[in-house]
Amino acid sequence: MDFSLGDDRQMLVDSLRRFLADKLPFAQRKTAAFEGSGWSRDVWGQLAELGAISALFDESVGGFGGSPFDVGVVFGELGRAIATGPWLSALQAGHVLAAAGRTDDLAALIDGSQVVGYAEEEADTWFDPAGIQTRATATATGWVLDGAKTVVSCAGTVDRLVVVARGDSGLSTFLVDRGATGMTVRDYLVIDGGSAGDVTFAATPAVLVGEAGGAGPVIETARALGLVALAWEGVAVMDVLRDQTLDYLRTRKQFGIPIGKFQALQHRMATLALEIEQARSAAINAADRFLGTRVERERAVSAAKATIGKAGSLVAEEAIQMHGGIGMTWELALSHYAKRLVMIGHELGDEDHHLARYIDLGHELADSDA
Amino acid sequence: MDLTFTPEEEAFRAEVRTFLAEKMPTRLSDKIRKGQHLTKAEHEEWHALLNARGWLANHWPVEWGGTGWTVMQRFIFETETALANAPRVLPFGLSMIGPVLLKYGSEEQKRHWLPRILDGSDWWCQGYSEPGAGSDLASLKTSAVRDGDHYVVNGQKTWTTLAQHANMMFCLVRTNSDGKKQDGISFLLIDMATPGIEVRPIKLLSGDHEVNEVFFTDVRVPVENLVGEENRGWTYAKYLLTYERTNIAGVGASMAAFGELVEIARTQRRNGRPLAEDPQFAARLARLEIDLENMKTTNLRVLVAAGEGAAPVAESSMLKIRGTEIRQSIDDLMRRAAGTHARPWIPESFEGGWNGEPVGPEWAGPVATHYFNDRKLSIFGGSNEVQREIITKAILEL
Repeated sequence: MDFSLGDDRQMLVDSLRRFLADKLPFAQRKTAAFEGSGWSRDVWGQLAELGAISALFDESVGGFGGSPFDVGVVFGELGRAIATGPWLSALQAGHVLAAAGRTDDLAALIDGSQVVGYAEEEADTWFDPAGIQTRATATATGWVLDGAKTVVSCAGTVDRLVVVARGDSGLSTFLVDRGATGMTVRDYLVIDGGSAGDVTFAATPAVLVGEAGGAGPVIETARALGLVALAWEGVAVMDVLRDQTLDYLRTRKQFGIPIGKFQALQHRMATLALEIEQARSAAINAADRFLGTRVERERAVSAAKATIGKAGSLVAEEAIQMHGGIGMTWELALSHYAKRLVMIGHELGDEDHHLARYIDLGHELADSDA
Repeated sequence: MDLTFTPEEEAFRAEVRTFLAEKMPTRLSDKIRKGQHLTKAEHEEWHALLNARGWLANHWPVEWGGTGWTVMQRFIFETETALANAPRVLPFGLSMIGPVLLKYGSEEQKRHWLPRILDGSDWWCQGYSEPGAGSDLASLKTSAVRDGDHYVVNGQKTWTTLAQHANMMFCLVRTNSDGKKQDGISFLLIDMATPGIEVRPIKLLSGDHEVNEVFFTDVRVPVENLVGEENRGWTYAKYLLTYERTNIAGVGASMAAFGELVEIARTQRRNGRPLAEDPQFAARLARLEIDLENMKTTNLRVLVAAGEGAAPVAESSMLKIRGTEIRQSIDDLMRRAAGTHARPWIPESFEGGWNGEPVGPEWAGPVATHYFNDRKLSIFGGSNEVQREIITKAILEL
């Protein structure tokens, strides 16, 4: 057994970490995340050059990695820097493009020349594609979409969107270019930094990606990859919060001694350290089980998201609490890591959603064993 | 045992409700319900409405404008106003400096300052915490040196709530550095317009501007603004910890917020059914409801004891801890209920007059902001760690 990342992956981690520490230190990140589009296309392009996007995809489709562990380490480094931008979208959209054999579109995504967003969630779907209502209709001149998507990452600034919509034969995926006829975007910031938007389609022309009605398994795998990514990102954010809080406990003095000498705080910190290691194991499990059966994979990613959700809110809340007032301030990086960590819980399904899903998948597993 | 309110108390509740129905502008309660910020003028408007009815300083002695209400009446008032989404009465004048002056101020100070709290002439802020003196407040360093008829104040305060609106500060300063740190602290009243004072905003993680840093450079404060005796300020500061803390649990406000949460759980649908029928969410909601119901009775028990003359110090700490935890749990469930719509962040929507279209359901707009902002509840007013220390020492005697 070997829990090391391996030389190639470690090199990727090192180069991403160096680059992000240099180009996106907290002062820059804070500006990029809350002004204008909420992310830096310049940094995006440079990260693409460094291989951050190609690492997400298999060599057979033009990437340089593509294992769930590759996905994990890239998102870990993005999390360590709380980098904003449509990263999760690139992963999910790229998976859809790869599965459909659209290697030219994927190549443009990988080299950073085309930024592709991902629009699946709707106001009432609650992370379950069964509720998707955006309609896809085949017309004489091609497909058109009608409907609305919500909290689409960087919706106003991506070049194109992969959109999940329902047609007569079921769920399909489509490419829609920015500025397409009948498409409107309402942009806003999100509380953890970056932007998102509500997108509406009215007879908007769209290009079918993959087989009509056959998107179900593809978007499920894309989501599973996204959950691996969020789990690794979450663990990295927790690592930062733990380190910052430990620094504070060691240096902040009250009653004449560092507050880290108070046993009440020591034990709470020990609990956090334990929870973070459990979360790390959950993230590793999710990546490891990815190539197993569907039920194994889905149970592992839901287990990871449930774990990260529970540990995440605890770590975020405790990191702020142990910092006291200073932990509440915008100036300190800590509060922004805490916000990101809690909001990871609001992407691709929360702790409760995935716990329930884990239970349901367990029944499926039992039925298939019987 | 009899856990019912008396007919007199119920009649009083009806009187409060009538007042709220007739006198509270829906303009204000709408803002509170939507989680929007009140302006300085709106805070002052609400104080003035209560003052006109004689209820603003309801816990003060009658001769200074109080009502003579029992602790139970005060509890009913707090609960009913919170349930009606009334603005909260700001504590700095009414519940902090007012009681200190009533107990320790000179006759002249009382006659000068107390009426000004009632009529809104002064907006007070609290100069306690410093960058190096938080939980260990007594280690504060802001100095006041006597120079003729003045003290000359130098130093810095922080976390000063709403100092941007204040024209007066009650301030703990160090007048003696020898001996025990608690014994060299004095209690000064400082005019915020005095030269040498600079107020700088602190932006919170939620984007809100509620607290400030206040810097003092050779600020001259007339000696008649010393409260009580020099170097006895710690006693006066601590008095606040034993005074009027019976509503510290914020039970009324939590009841109002919980009611809203229940309504959301009934209407917000998740995977084809209301959230209230989602087993995970229902369990969270039920645990919270049980805790809140228990808290109500714990609070009433402390109130009754206080009404019989007990000074509930450690009990107040229990109310503070669990009261703030309950409020934070309500915020937590609100943000969970919002799902993906917790993330959109439109700061201008927290101000009155915003007419934009909400993203997702209207109630979801401020929930993440409230969740993060209310992390302060377990930090300020004596952190919950400090409260646990008080319980450990005062009740458990460990």
